[in-house]
Amino acid sequence: MSDIAIRARHVSKVFGQSRVLDDVEFELRRGEVLCLAGENGCGKSTLIKIINGVYTPEPGVEFTFGDETLSAISPLEARSRGIHVIWQDLALFPHLTVAENIVFDDYVARPWRPLSARRALDEARAIIARFGLDLDPAARVEELSIAHRQLVAICRVLRAGASIIFMDEPTASLTYKEVQSLLDITRSLAAQGISIVLVSHRLAEVLDVCQRVTVLRNGRLVGTYPTEGMTQARLSTLMTGLELEHTPRASAWKGAPVLELQDLSREGEFENVSFTLHRGEILGLTGLLGAGRSELAHAIFGMTRPTGGQMFKDGKPLKLRSNRDAVRHQIAYLSEDRLNLGLVQNQSIEMNSAVTVLPALEKPRGFLSPGRIKALTAHWIQELKTKVSDPTLAVSSLSGGNQQRVALAKWLATEPDVLILDCPTIGVDVGAKAGIFEIIRELADQGMAIILISDEAGEIWMNTDRALVLREGRVACEIIPAETTEEALEAVINA
Amino acid sequence: MNKPLNTPRAGLRLGGDTREVLVMAALLVASIALFSFAAPGFLGAANFNSMAMQLPELGLLSLAMLVPIISGGLNLSVTFTANIAGLATAWLVQGVLGDLGLASAPLAIIAGLGVGAAAGCLIGVIVAYVGAHPILVSLGAMIFLQGLGEFLTRGGGLSGMPEAFQVIGAGHFLGVPMPMWIFLGAAAVLFYIMHFTRTGFSIYMLGSNARATEYSGINVKRVLIVVYTLSGLLAGLAGMVMLARFNSVRVGHGESYLLITVLACFLAGANPFGGFGRVLPLVLGLMSLQVIASGMNLMGASQHLATAVWGGFLIIVMALRMPFLKQS
Repeated sequence: MSDIAIRARHVSKVFGQSRVLDDVEFELRRGEVLCLAGENGCGKSTLIKIINGVYTPEPGVEFTFGDETLSAISPLEARSRGIHVIWQDLALFPHLTVAENIVFDDYVARPWRPLSARRALDEARAIIARFGLDLDPAARVEELSIAHRQLVAICRVLRAGASIIFMDEPTASLTYKEVQSLLDITRSLAAQGISIVLVSHRLAEVLDVCQRVTVLRNGRLVGTYPTEGMTQARLSTLMTGLELEHTPRASAWKGAPVLELQDLSREGEFENVSFTLHRGEILGLTGLLGAGRSELAHAIFGMTRPTGGQMFKDGKPLKLRSNRDAVRHQIAYLSEDRLNLGLVQNQSIEMNSAVTVLPALEKPRGFLSPGRIKALTAHWIQELKTKVSDPTLAVSSLSGGNQQRVALAKWLATEPDVLILDCPTIGVDVGAKAGIFEIIRELADQGMAIILISDEAGEIWMNTDRALVLREGRVACEIIPAETTEEALEAVINA
Repeated sequence: MNKPLNTPRAGLRLGGDTREVLVMAALLVASIALFSFAAPGFLGAANFNSMAMQLPELGLLSLAMLVPIISGGLNLSVTFTANIAGLATAWLVQGVLGDLGLASAPLAIIAGLGVGAAAGCLIGVIVAYVGAHPILVSLGAMIFLQGLGEFLTRGGGLSGMPEAFQVIGAGHFLGVPMPMWIFLGAAAVLFYIMHFTRTGFSIYMLGSNARATEYSGINVKRVLIVVYTLSGLLAGLAGMVMLARFNSVRVGHGESYLLITVLACFLAGANPFGGFGRVLPLVLGLMSLQVIASGMNLMGASQHLATAVWGGFLIIVMALRMPFLKQS
């Protein structure tokens, strides 16, 4: 037995006119955690689908398992060799129990065998115990947290005999603690000889858990590197081909106070939050998921009513009955959930760009001018350098970074004084992230007051003038990034 | 960052989705071609006249169904809303308003439309504020209106409307029957609302994702109420046309149209999950359905067979459309 679990050489794939993968080599060792890194559209998913047998690559490819060499892999072949993919959506059955989900493949493989709830429970328990996981096999999947659902998906592939597991962005919607425990589980699976390929945009955790990282850029292999001695900055340079700055924001000029919070509270969410936000300032709001960051933002945006304390806008008391009031007071909020709340994914880029400013586009009254909508959309596409082939296409046709630009555009169109950005780089590439922060800094330089919510220490450190760390709904401390290091900031956030 | 200044040329949006319109137009032309060949007398003036008389009832009810479907819901009470609106008008014109002479008919019609709009508004308020699913709410409203109507009329009908209703039910303008003008007028107004007003814009957004629309600062509750009020108003208008054409009103008139209105909307490319659906393809699709029904009638086939053909027609169009939907 060699220590190579799978090696694929000369992998190419052409879709229509474009060469998505070009002579890529991929090698995975037994019992290793490997990161597959690269920006969206670099060919990661295509490579995974080829190894998983979903796509047929161009001729000339070689797959090696031990001393066997194949020139093609079918989905069945991939399965029989223990290759499994856990996609980001997990593909679980929410209405079935944990146990039923775990043994589901049996039902499919042997449809004539009668179902036995007890056997399912026993078998699920055995798997859960074998890997020492914390899961109740009788619970229904829809009642579980995302982190626990992740475990169910892992158990399911283990139960199906997985020896090579691809995990697609498994940590994207987990809290810090959950991420840590998932990474621990990944390590222990690897220790038992299972090979794991992790796809993640969070470079810190990649460097933490993986032994090696394979970097793709524009369909080509950049290289495979040991993570030892690798820095986040170097990794992002490899992924994007660009040298990105990695310095704290030089605290800029600060203008008049625009938004003031005095002991703002909302029962069960946040307590006695006070701060003053100035024109031209970028205020970081950080802390772990569930510390009350988004809840506070919702209250400032008028989506919820505070139960105590006061807000002032330009020195006048601010009482909001809905988010429409907030928009009228020139407060804008970019949601962290771009898929469900930030944009109406199925509708056009035009409609999403215009939805916040309909009254202004209605001229004369009662006539919503398609021409004005087009002009507005074109203006912001140009202003934010959004890559759009046709603004009448659905927003969902855009990449994460470009979607975020549309979401930014729809709020910038309202000419806000205060712009709240709730995790604006979720699901956005490293390169596109830099572009978005460039826009944000430019807006601040023009005098907009910005609240940046993020749990990534690096983002807060590089882009804010001042950061408030929330802990269990209270402001734990205030930090000036320019006066501290990124590592120190990270330690405070995760304390 | 400066604001956009001048307005560039606004291309004509054939109701937004040119392909849907072309498909429906092709279907219409194909069905007319088929029947002018196969059915004797299909191209005659008498046939066109009768088609233009029959189409508007189903047409107005379908428009009443289209708006809720675009908003991601459904209004199952359209036919009974039409009946109740018709009853209100008939009752007023034969009773309280009877002595007002010429003014009685318009007043009674306005009141009847108001009743339709009110029934819709009630559904809208419940959907918006209680958050119950529109299918349940409108199903409740449907049963309620049916029961209420049957109770008030004791299962019978009201007939014998004043002369003025003859103008609506049987009159012509420029050689086209009045009901057809009413339908086309309503379709034109609805087209304008859906494509050139904030309300229409918001209905499409709301239909795709209500929460994201609310987060964008749209008053989703208000829009929902407008959706169902508009639906009730259009159903009321259908009720007026039915009242005028039959010179009578009875609860249960046009009941069989209910599911056909849903069929017509889906035939015209409305998305069962909301957010998509256009007025123009619906109008063209309805015309195709009418051509099929009238054509088969002229060929001596039973009316029930025509209904069966409609169902088959829907399935075929859906099947043909699927590859395109998957592509986009």
